[in-house]
Amino acid sequence: MNGVHDLGGMHGMGAIEPEHDEPVFHSEWEARAFALNIAAGAWRKWNIDAGRHQIELLPPADYLRMSYYEKWAVRLAELLVKHGLVTREEFESGQPARGSVKATPPLTAAQVPSLLRTGAAASRNVSIAARFQAGQRVRARNINPTGHTRLPRYARGRVGTVDRDHGVYVFPDTNAHFLGENPQHVYSVRFTARELWGDQASARDSVYVDLWDDYLEPV
Amino acid sequence: MSGHGHKHHEHEHQVVPSDPALRVKALESLLVEKGLVDPAALDALIDTYENKVGPRNGARVVARAWTDAAYKRRLMEDATAAIAELGYGGRQGEHMVVVENTPAVHNLVVCTLCSCYPWSVLGLPPAWYKSQAYRSRAVIDPRGVLREFGVELSEDVEVRVWDSTAELRYLVLPERPDGTENLGEDELAALVTRDAMVGAGKVAASSRATADKVSR
Repeated sequence: MNGVHDLGGMHGMGAIEPEHDEPVFHSEWEARAFALNIAAGAWRKWNIDAGRHQIELLPPADYLRMSYYEKWAVRLAELLVKHGLVTREEFESGQPARGSVKATPPLTAAQVPSLLRTGAAASRNVSIAARFQAGQRVRARNINPTGHTRLPRYARGRVGTVDRDHGVYVFPDTNAHFLGENPQHVYSVRFTARELWGDQASARDSVYVDLWDDYLEPV
Repeated sequence: MSGHGHKHHEHEHQVVPSDPALRVKALESLLVEKGLVDPAALDALIDTYENKVGPRNGARVVARAWTDAAYKRRLMEDATAAIAELGYGGRQGEHMVVVENTPAVHNLVVCTLCSCYPWSVLGLPPAWYKSQAYRSRAVIDPRGVLREFGVELSEDVEVRVWDSTAELRYLVLPERPDGTENLGEDELAALVTRDAMVGAGKVAASSRATADKVSR
């Protein structure tokens, strides 16, 4: 979707303000919001793409106003309702529905190290032909899907060169909507800064964008 | 996806406290009541990223690459496997790519669409990396961004910006500073800053000079 999350190349977003000796979390609630997202994710009711998309669905003004972990908290609440783990009524009352059975969480403290250790590979070990090869010129398609996509607006319609083929990965545009993994090759595509931004950009510079087969067409 | 829950969202604003601290507290107590999360697991997750997984991991990878040419070759060839040799991997480090800074090339990593970051080697991202300012500017004005981080690049240096739009996670291998020929791996690792491994900094030879930046 052409959301405000797709920030690459926008102006007016203010100064970058690195913080001295920045703590990992700035307050206890940030830490809890982070951990709740990971722990609830262990139910595997949604996937990483659906999780990202849920944040993109925030109204633009909220997206820009909210802090990072505020967005995570809202995202989690929405996902929990959408996937039936919590009802709106339970959020309203703050209490479990009467008669509801207490669940057993899939993630205990003892399981945390192995969960983080294992991670969740997005690559798929399936044999799928690559449509493009390193060195080949490609154009990022001019698509404007209303759902989730990882093709940033600034690259759409632009011509670049395949730098390398990363292999086969789950396709977020379908996976985010539970329409299948649709695995396909992902390439690092090099776009010159001038192709993206015009003559104001340095002739030497470039931006490398990781793009799936379905985002690309031959030139 | 259309009809995306705008109403739900506003509705939720009404029922969940707008103060984030209260909101998260309410969320946690409900989920614990329902048995959906174990508070001890939350503690363990937080402890992991506050105390165990952070930029020191990445610094060890960099120092090894600086001191062991064979390791560096493996790292450039298959970063995920080479990083696993040092015991690092897993969540948000499943598919690693290392890009090398040289006198002729400077790499900078960003995620314009969200805040993808190589957790397994750098820990959780700092606020500036997640900021709308950095995400918007890094791709269109990398030299200006770098200048604000104190990195002034001459026009003949090529800047490569890596936008983490897929599940590949990027780690910058900074240039080894001059004057560190006699330092061992541990001493070198102590010089490597988080910002340098994102490409938003360079590594200085003196730890005194970089002491301020170590945590950045």
